[in-house]
Formats: sequence, structure tokens, C-alpha cells
Amino acid sequence: MEMLSGGEMVVRALEDEGVEFIFGYPGGSVLHIYDALFKSNKVPHILVRHEQAATHAADGYARATGKPGVVLVTSGPGATNAITGIATAYMDSIPMVVISGQVQSHLIGGDAFQETDMVGISRPIVKHSYLIKDPREIPETIKKAFYLAASGRPGPVVIDIPKDITNPTDKYEYVYPDTMKLRSYTPATRGHSGQIKKAMQLLLSAQRPVIYTGGGVILGNGSELLTELAQELNYPVTNTLMGLGAYPATDKQFLGMLGMHGFVEANNAMHHSDVILAVGARFDDRVTNTISKFCPTAKIIHVDIDPASISKTVTADIPIVGPVDVVLKDMLAQVRDLRAADKSLPDTEALDSWWKQINEWRDEHGLWTAPRYDTESGLIKPQQVIESLYRATNGEAYVTSDVGQHQMFAAQFYKFDKPRRWINSGGLGTMGFGLPAAMGVKMAFPDSDVACVTGEGSIQMNIQELSTCSQYGAPVKIINLNNGYLGMVKQWQDMQYAGRYSSSVYEESLPDFVKLMEAYGHVGIRVEKLEDLEDAMDEAFKLKDRLVFLDVYVDRHEHVYPMQIAPNGSMRDMYLSKTERT
Amino acid sequence: MRHIISVLLENEPGALSRVVGLFSQRGYNIETLNVAPTEDSTLSRLTLTTLGDDQKIEQITKHLNRLIDVVKLVDLTEGAHIERELMMVKVRATGAQRAEIKRCTDIFRGQIVDVGPTVYTIQIAGPSDKLDAFLDSIDDTAIMEVVRSGVSGIARGEKVLSL
Ligand SMILES: Cc1ncc(C[n+]2csc(CCOP(=O)(O)OP(=O)(O)O)c2C)c(N)n1
Ligand SMILES: [Mg+2]
Repeated sequence: MEMLSGGEMVVRALEDEGVEFIFGYPGGSVLHIYDALFKSNKVPHILVRHEQAATHAADGYARATGKPGVVLVTSGPGATNAITGIATAYMDSIPMVVISGQVQSHLIGGDAFQETDMVGISRPIVKHSYLIKDPREIPETIKKAFYLAASGRPGPVVIDIPKDITNPTDKYEYVYPDTMKLRSYTPATRGHSGQIKKAMQLLLSAQRPVIYTGGGVILGNGSELLTELAQELNYPVTNTLMGLGAYPATDKQFLGMLGMHGFVEANNAMHHSDVILAVGARFDDRVTNTISKFCPTAKIIHVDIDPASISKTVTADIPIVGPVDVVLKDMLAQVRDLRAADKSLPDTEALDSWWKQINEWRDEHGLWTAPRYDTESGLIKPQQVIESLYRATNGEAYVTSDVGQHQMFAAQFYKFDKPRRWINSGGLGTMGFGLPAAMGVKMAFPDSDVACVTGEGSIQMNIQELSTCSQYGAPVKIINLNNGYLGMVKQWQDMQYAGRYSSSVYEESLPDFVKLMEAYGHVGIRVEKLEDLEDAMDEAFKLKDRLVFLDVYVDRHEHVYPMQIAPNGSMRDMYLSKTERT
Repeated sequence: MRHIISVLLENEPGALSRVVGLFSQRGYNIETLNVAPTEDSTLSRLTLTTLGDDQKIEQITKHLNRLIDVVKLVDLTEGAHIERELMMVKVRATGAQRAEIKRCTDIFRGQIVDVGPTVYTIQIAGPSDKLDAFLDSIDDTAIMEVVRSGVSGIARGEKVLSL
């Protein structure tokens, strides 16, 4: 039997769990663990420049790979710095294990140096948390943490470990358990077959169906089955901001994103539908607009692994709790059975006229059928930058983003054909997410193009990570849509506050990003003219081994459209430009 | 409507704070709460009462179930059940009031568990509305202190909440 200290057990358990990277930052209460890491040296540790970035990097890694991201931080400020990233992961159901140091057990509760109640502070933003009381609990607790983080509806799990628990001189038997028991945790493994049958009968009877899917399809690895089901039926599909890539964007059945900045054809189709199949989506307020006006004629089938997501805001007519992949598979089989029994299903005539209607909306308003932005201005339009990025990367890149107008433009104009390529903070909307997340993705996929679409506001929230990118070689491409404003804030101020730009401007304070990149040892390219855009974009991706920051001076006054009208609007009520609305 | 939700909870540190935190985080009300260990030392039983329409109660039970420390729960108000709350009331009791309070206590099947020259301490158990009725029946100004345990409950018949 092997004898290990608590600190060694932590490291060994992470190795046994198959962890590829630890993103972290050392400090007093985790020094024993860091020493054990140094000695074992099997799992690479990425030293970030701020603990928030550790959580976002682990999060980006998790979103791109599907495996839990791992974070190690010290007590007190290390732990509190990690909070924003934990909340970000929680809101988007991202699997993550965060190990935080804690002051020595006997000091807990006494306001010791760098003490903070991490379990308490993180409680509302974790799936679960543990405070380790005895070193012998370490292997099983870590095993449980990874299982909880990744199974069911995924989420972050915190393990708080007092320093004395990791003491190098106290050794205990180490065995990493193959299994563990959690009597109080039994996520559904299958959807109810009776409900699935009822749901598919309803779906096949639809005249104006829509399939509306969210991040759950990506998290639950249901993309292929979703695509197969939608194509079997020839039904239109729309994805939420979190769900982009679950259905191939370049397929003709795809209506684009829905919701606040969704496509007209997607929002209209939802509004006028008679049956909605919602899969792994949660009827978020950024999708539904005014709940009481939401899709007045639709019957709703709602599939989710989390029963608490069903009928939370919009009541489901047919709720189905289960893992999306298994449920979609059962649905597909059911649809084939029903169609074999009744060849007239679904009603192709109705479907044809539904598609005709949708295609009219698409031809008139679709963002991909014709440019809806001003192409004559001579300015670089932010939309054009994303189109250029899409072209330069053949639509194959991993694209992370920050939060703001640039995020919405990226979501609208980069056509994601595959899941796990679009990586953004949808639920919490965390500025500062993009660069560290890109770093985490690049570590996981060093041979793939990884771009971070950002704004001059957001990038400055975690810009220190440029240094981490140097240290570990993460040649991501940063596409800065530089509009010189907190653009999304400005857009709201334009629309609702008569253009009073209260603290959404920086005066003359923005740094020279090109020089800043040079200072960090990276490449900065400024693009001020439209005619230089394509070459600069290509250049950025040609420099395979360099981090390139493309500082693109875009039209400072562009708004993101469509934009749903609130308050009191329905899904189909949208502004289409500064002067038009539906 | 008022619901009595009874929960079997892992007897772990922090488990209670997760339940209470859930209520404040999601804007649900807890009217009463009580919690104590069960015959199985790894489990606590927590009983809470809350107000809400069916949709809200459904959300509450779903979110409670989502907590890893919650092993099982039941909404007792969905079926026949027995509800009990324990109350102790200290009242000013002098002169003619002494007999009056004693009579009232007897009517409500309470007991006087402590006596002083000018005070009585009365213990009463029963459903919450019975305790309310008792308080209504005695002179407000005589009441010095009221302690209530919060509601406990159990289903009638064969039904049990256990592992
Ligand atoms: C941490 C954080 N603080 C504040 C906000 C509110 N917010 C949303 S978008 C935005 C402006 C972002 O500006 P920029 O990064 O330049 O992007 P742009 O909208 O100009 O493209 C702000 C302040 C936020 N989402 N996150
Ligand atoms: Mg900006």
C-alpha cells in the first residue's frame, strides 16, 4: 500500500483522474500541494496572472474538450478572485473542479490571515462543494467532485482544503477509488418512453414546427442526433447563443440564432409556430422576450437533463427529463416507427408552405442572404471583420468571445458548423472571459486556429494573460473590434437614454495596443482601412506560432440588429436598424 | 397555499446552509423550519413550511432535489398527514388571571410546565393553527414570550419518508 501525504494525494488523484492541465496560482495555503506538483511533475500547471483567468482558462478548456477544467488557487484573495469564473461556469453548466487552499483547520473561523469562507462564498454558484476535514477523505472527495462536475447537468465543484490537511510529513494510505457512492444523486439516464411517444406524435402532427436547442445539446453531445432528427423531418432549427454549432449553420434548415439579437426568420418562426421541440435550452429571458407574449400558438415539448429547468419560465406541454443524446436517439427511433406506420406524416404540404413563409422572412431580413449593414460607408463594419475571420479560418476555428456588441456580431456572422467551437459566456455575460478562455482552448488544441473576438473594453479586463500566453506558447489570435466605446452600453444609451454616454467612453485613455503587444513579445497589427482588412486577417493566421492582436478600427456607431423590443414585446417584435422595426 | 415539505438531508456540515441559501437565493419564503438528526446518524430530517402556488412549490421541490445533500423529500400537504408544532408561552399570571389562563390551557390541552408567583409557562403541541388560536384566546398584554419549534410532520398510514 502506498503512503502519501495529503498534498501528494491531491496531485496523485488529479493524475489518476487523467487531468491534462491545472490552471492555477500559488499562495501560502497551497504550498504543500505545489511542492507535491513540483516533485511529481506529470500534470502541467499553467501559471496564470490572475486567478479569474485560471477559472476562465479551465472553463474554455472544458467547453472545447467536454472534460472538466481544473483550477488550483490559494485561500483568501486567491479564492475570491476565482469567484467570477466559477459563477461564469455555473451559469453555463460547465464542468469544472476548483481546489482552493484554506487556512489551517484549527484557525478556521478566527479571521486568520487570508481566511475566507470559500464554501460559503461560492455556495450559490457551485453544483456542490466540499471542505476536507481529514486527509483520508481526499481521494474519494476528488473522485466525487469530478463525477459531479461532469455528470447530469454539469457544473463547477469546489474542494476547499485546509493547509494542515496537506502536511507533507503526515502520510496515509492512498487508493484512488474506481467507484464511489452518492445515494442522493441520481441524474436521469433515460427519458420517459411514454412521454417521448406522445411528444413525437405531437411533433409529427405539426403544421409549423420549430426545433429550438440550447447549450444542453452541446454539453450532452447530442449534435449529431439532433442533426439526424431534424433532417429526417426537414424541420427548421434555431440555436440559442449557447447552442450555436449544435446544428450546422451552413445547412439550409438552420434559421440562425434566436432571441434578443436573433435572426428575424428564427424569432418569427418561433412566434408563429404550432409545435416547438426545445432541447437542452432553458427559455432564458434573452430568448423569450416578454413571457406572457411568448409563442402564443405553440405547444411545447421540452427536453432537459435538469427537471428544474423544465416549466421554470414557460410551461411545457410535454416535459421530458433525460440526457439529450439518449432522448434524441429514442425520439429518432420513435419518429421512424410512427412514419413507417403512417406514411403521410408529417404533413408535407403544410411543411412546404411553412418553409415558403420562412424563406420569405429569410430573403427579406436574413443576415446571411444579403448584407443588412451599410456597405457604402467606407468604414470597417464590425460584421465585415467577423465575415473576414470566417473566411480566413474556413469556418473551422475555435472562436471565443468577450461580452458586448463584438460578441453578438461573432455569434451572428461566424457560421459554426460544429459543436464546441463557439465559446462564450452566455449566462453570466462576463467581460474578460475571452482571452483566458482562448488560452485554455489553445492548450487543448495546439494545432487548431483559436481566435478571441473581443472589444477594447473587455480585453482590458484580463489583458495580463498575454504574459501567460508567452510563457506557455499559446499563439491565439485576438480580433479586437475597436469601436472606442463600451459599445453595447452605448447602444442602449443611444436607444433608451437619448445618447447620454454616461461612462461608456474612455476619452483619450486607450493604450496603443500594437505597442502593448510588442511589450509582451507578441505581434500587434492595426487595421484602419477596409482595404487592409483581408490581408491583415490572413497575415494574422499565417503567423502560426505567434500571438497576433488585430486591432481593427470599426465603425464606432454601429448597433447590433435585429434587437428585440422590450419591455412588452413578443419574440417577433424587433428593431431591424436604427430606423426600422418589424 | 401553505405547504409542509419534509426533507431527508445528509448529516453533513453545510447541508443546512445550502437549503436555507436556496430559499433566499431564489426568493422563496420559509415560514417555519426545523431540523434534527434521525435514527440513522448519517441523516437529518428537515421540515419547512412555505407559501406558494403549485408552480412555485414545484420549483422549490425541484431545486431542493437538485441539492446534492438532499437525499429525499416529500410535500406532506399532498396527502393525509399529521402536523405538530410545539409552543412554550410565558404569560403574566396574577390574581383572577391565573384561573382564567389555567382554564384556557386545559381547553387547548396544554400543560403548565413552570409556575412562578406572577408567571406561568405553558406548553402546547398541535397543528400551527391550534397554537395560533391559543394565542388569540389569551390576553395579548399578558404574553411575555413565545417560543415555537416550527412544524414537524409525518404522513398518515403506511407511507414513510426513509431511504
Ligand atoms: C465584468 C462585466 N462588467 C460589465 C459588464 C456590462 N457590459 C456588457 S457589454 C459592455 C461593453 C463592452 O465593451 P467592449 O468590450 O468594448 O465591447 P463592445 O460592446 O464595444 O463590442 C459592458 C460594460 C459585463 N458584461 N461584464
Ligand atoms: Mg468597444
